[in-house]
Amino acid sequence: MLEVSGLTTKYGEISALREASLHVGSGEVVGLIGPNGAGKTTLLNTIAGLLAPSGGRVTFDGEDITGMPPEKLLRSGLALVPEHRRIFVDLTVEENLRIGGVTVPSADRPALLDEMGERFPMLRDKWTTSAGYLSGGEAQQLAIARALMSRPRFLMMDEPSLGLAPLLVDVVFDLIEALRSQGRTLLVVEQNATRMLDVADRAYVLRSGEVVAEGTGAELRDNEDLFDTFVGN
Amino acid sequence: MTELLQNLIDGLGRGSIYALLALGVAVVFGVMHLLNFAHGELITVSGYATFWAMGAGWSWYLTVALIVAVSVATSLAIERVAFSRVRGADDFTLLLTSFGVHFVVSAIFLLYVSASVKTFPRPGWVTNTYALGSLRVEVFDTVVIGVTVVTLLATTLLLQRTMFGLALRAAAADFDTARLMGVRSDSVIRGAFALSGLLAGIASVFWLMRAGSISPSAGINPMLKGVLAALVGGLGSLRGAVLGGLALGLAEVLLRSRLPDSVASLTEGVVFLLIALLFIFRPQGIVTVTHAERV
Repeated sequence: MLEVSGLTTKYGEISALREASLHVGSGEVVGLIGPNGAGKTTLLNTIAGLLAPSGGRVTFDGEDITGMPPEKLLRSGLALVPEHRRIFVDLTVEENLRIGGVTVPSADRPALLDEMGERFPMLRDKWTTSAGYLSGGEAQQLAIARALMSRPRFLMMDEPSLGLAPLLVDVVFDLIEALRSQGRTLLVVEQNATRMLDVADRAYVLRSGEVVAEGTGAELRDNEDLFDTFVGN
Repeated sequence: MTELLQNLIDGLGRGSIYALLALGVAVVFGVMHLLNFAHGELITVSGYATFWAMGAGWSWYLTVALIVAVSVATSLAIERVAFSRVRGADDFTLLLTSFGVHFVVSAIFLLYVSASVKTFPRPGWVTNTYALGSLRVEVFDTVVIGVTVVTLLATTLLLQRTMFGLALRAAAADFDTARLMGVRSDSVIRGAFALSGLLAGIASVFWLMRAGSISPSAGINPMLKGVLAALVGGLGSLRGAVLGGLALGLAEVLLRSRLPDSVASLTEGVVFLLIALLFIFRPQGIVTVTHAERV
């Protein structure tokens, strides 16, 4: 479904991402793990069109999408839950969700809003609350629900469990499981490597901007050297 | 007491026009981080259109529609020709571009029309007044305040109730994330310029009716009022822009009537001084804007 080959992204002279290659098949849940500063966020932001790569190619369902603007990518079914959630704090919970559904026909929007209310009961109680008043866990759920409003075929999440209490981390991983069982395709950046390897079909390890390992969750867990590089220091 | 009430009405009339101009500045600043020093050119261009229309024998009713249409079209044209090319550039580049547009537009009228002031007849009722208790109220101020209230309510509805308004608010808060949601940057930026042009067009109608004249540099004064009011209100805040406009209008009228005759002609200077003082003690303006993420 998604094919990334030799992708390089620079901030000025510094390459945050160096010839990274990976692929995600339809219906797969793929993890992206690695230490801070490994280029995980840069990779997702480049795929999503927020950053322009200086080399390499990204194809989505066979179509070359390298450097396409995010609003266009979303319309072809690719969505990103960005790092730090980036919910609109001045807008209400409902307005955040409406914006998430800006590309769906307005007739379909009410049903989608209902669906999100059912799936995220925590949010339904705060429908008309300013999103700035949400707790970290609620805000994360809103960020994910907002991305789901566009009915993406391919969803990327950047550190969905970061800064959440253990109970809420469970909620996030349950949600990843639920999305997988619906047949959605996911590419998830996680600092919680152990948990991610449990739910992922496969994972890639990124380090200093390069993909240094690839394998199933079990394979990567069993490789102690590698495990140390991304879990330890 | 009577004098104070009189000042308040006069100040609100004047401030309403400033508020419409400031709101247009704030809408564009919100989505593009551009402080538009070319905003007054919308009045310059629609002013020359008015001069032409009056010469051709148009009635004021028709001309009002022309002014608003020309203002919106000019705003969109300026976006297309100039600002679309510097989207995402740093603030200084945007600032210089807007200055450039301001100079180019005035130069065009200077070169191809005339350097001299062109006058046109004002509608007869502009100078009419009526008695309200012990007050003399201008029909003009009444109309201005009424139209402004309706315009602000309509704008609020647009921003709160429509998908376009929602997209505009989201883009102003965090442009990149709005794009991630599928908000088209083209539509939201052009929409902001159209709305800004519409608000300036309404302000322009009143500005031109009162002035009854136009010159190549006529855009400077309204631009200053709009930009200053937006700054006073707190850049990026739409509510702040409206408050800033009203405050600026009230300050001008109150000072002009209270200052001793010898310095009354320096009212503008005194207002600028007060604004400078405000920024020393409250640099963020009246309303504080928390988010400042941009394109």
